[in-house]
Amino acid sequence: MIAQRVGTTALRRVTKPNTFFTPHNLAKVALASQFSATQTRPVATQKLTVDDANSLLAKQRLQRPVSPHLDIYDKMQTWYGASAWHRITGCGLSGALYLFGAAYLVAPLTGWHLESASLAAAFGSLPLAVKGGVKFLLAWPFVFHSINGVRHLAYDLGVGFQKRTIVKQGWYIWGASVIGGLYLAFFM
Amino acid sequence: MAALRSTSARILGASSRPATLRLAAAPAARGFAQLADGATESQKASGDPANMKTFQIYRWNPDTPTEKPRMQSYTLDLKKTGPMVLDALIRIKNELDPTLTFRRSCREGICGSCAMNINGTNTLACLCRIPAEDNAEMKIYPLPHTYVVKDLVPDLTLFYKQYKSIKPYLQRDTPSPDGKEYRQSKADRKKLDGLYECILCACCSTSCPSYWWNSEEYLGPAILLQSYRWLADSRDERKAERKAALDNSMSLYRCHTILNCTRTCPKGLNPGLAIAEIKKEMAFSG
Repeated sequence: MIAQRVGTTALRRVTKPNTFFTPHNLAKVALASQFSATQTRPVATQKLTVDDANSLLAKQRLQRPVSPHLDIYDKMQTWYGASAWHRITGCGLSGALYLFGAAYLVAPLTGWHLESASLAAAFGSLPLAVKGGVKFLLAWPFVFHSINGVRHLAYDLGVGFQKRTIVKQGWYIWGASVIGGLYLAFFM
Repeated sequence: MAALRSTSARILGASSRPATLRLAAAPAARGFAQLADGATESQKASGDPANMKTFQIYRWNPDTPTEKPRMQSYTLDLKKTGPMVLDALIRIKNELDPTLTFRRSCREGICGSCAMNINGTNTLACLCRIPAEDNAEMKIYPLPHTYVVKDLVPDLTLFYKQYKSIKPYLQRDTPSPDGKEYRQSKADRKKLDGLYECILCACCSTSCPSYWWNSEEYLGPAILLQSYRWLADSRDERKAERKAALDNSMSLYRCHTILNCTRTCPKGLNPGLAIAEIKKEMAFSG
């Protein structure tokens, strides 16, 4: 490869008309030859000892900012990614269950009526939109978490890792969970 | 040259998908620079209106550390700029602002120097086309959640230390039977396809929210892909040790299959799958 390149460069030199040593360039060449051949730069660098260099590096490292991350990364992958919402829906559902369980446990002491019959009666008196809304608020996380949970089980088996599959499934899960949530909220 | 070509042909041939499908899908997945490109053609035709594009670029100077990082806008005529983001950056540095700092070397996606966050996803600037169809501003940041050395240059010290920690080299005690090289069957060699091509550009690791929050202990997708590269190598004899080093709550299991890594890899590799294979191996083979 290098031998080839040397060959072509030499060839180019031969074929190209020599413009460097033309008479009108001679004065410039003569002037240039008086100076040394080393390149000079307007900016000088200082030689540092190893200790100085290390302390300078340590000082700089303390001041370095962290580059932006969550704010600038593709929102479809971080904010609306199925992984983040899997965790959110999971925490929401289990949190709601713990809250209700704890409230049910202390209900006899505080006099709250949290038995199924009284809850159903209270819920039945609400308008349809509110009923559906509350049910959807619980149904959607449940459906989302279930479908995405199956997807994660498939991941554990090493299935479904193609880039296209990941992107497509992300959309399908949002669509299917909303439809499933609406079905559970209004038709069950 | 001939050797290089046969290598790339082998990689294409080794893909699991049929060759025809792959060829048809390749341009859509990632555009490569071509000689007969529209931009260079229209550049020759004089009198064309300029096609201006604005680039917003993250700036921070270590010489004035108290100044907050800021975004600086540069406008270029795309008719006079090469097709890739790296071409634009080099042109900005040459013609508009010589203080703009970024890493670059090979300009063909093999060195991994120009990894940065372009329009929200991590990629190599040299492999990322400037979208010519609209005039939307392009936003360019350094790799996310890294310490910034200057402008678009991230500090990857920790990344390289983590790479070193997994002992990324062949470990073997048994000498080869003929005293020459360690031989491998074709099937065993094929297991390394999709792993050995990694150029350690850190795009995947810095795209991973889990790595953002736990980078001190979690190894991150790039390093785990490399771990799997040595676990999958039939010639390596320290598999048990390698697995034992990963067998804790942080090194491997901070991966929650978010899969930003697979979606961002500019080389089209699959770190997410490699991590899943490690997890599988750890779970099933004890």
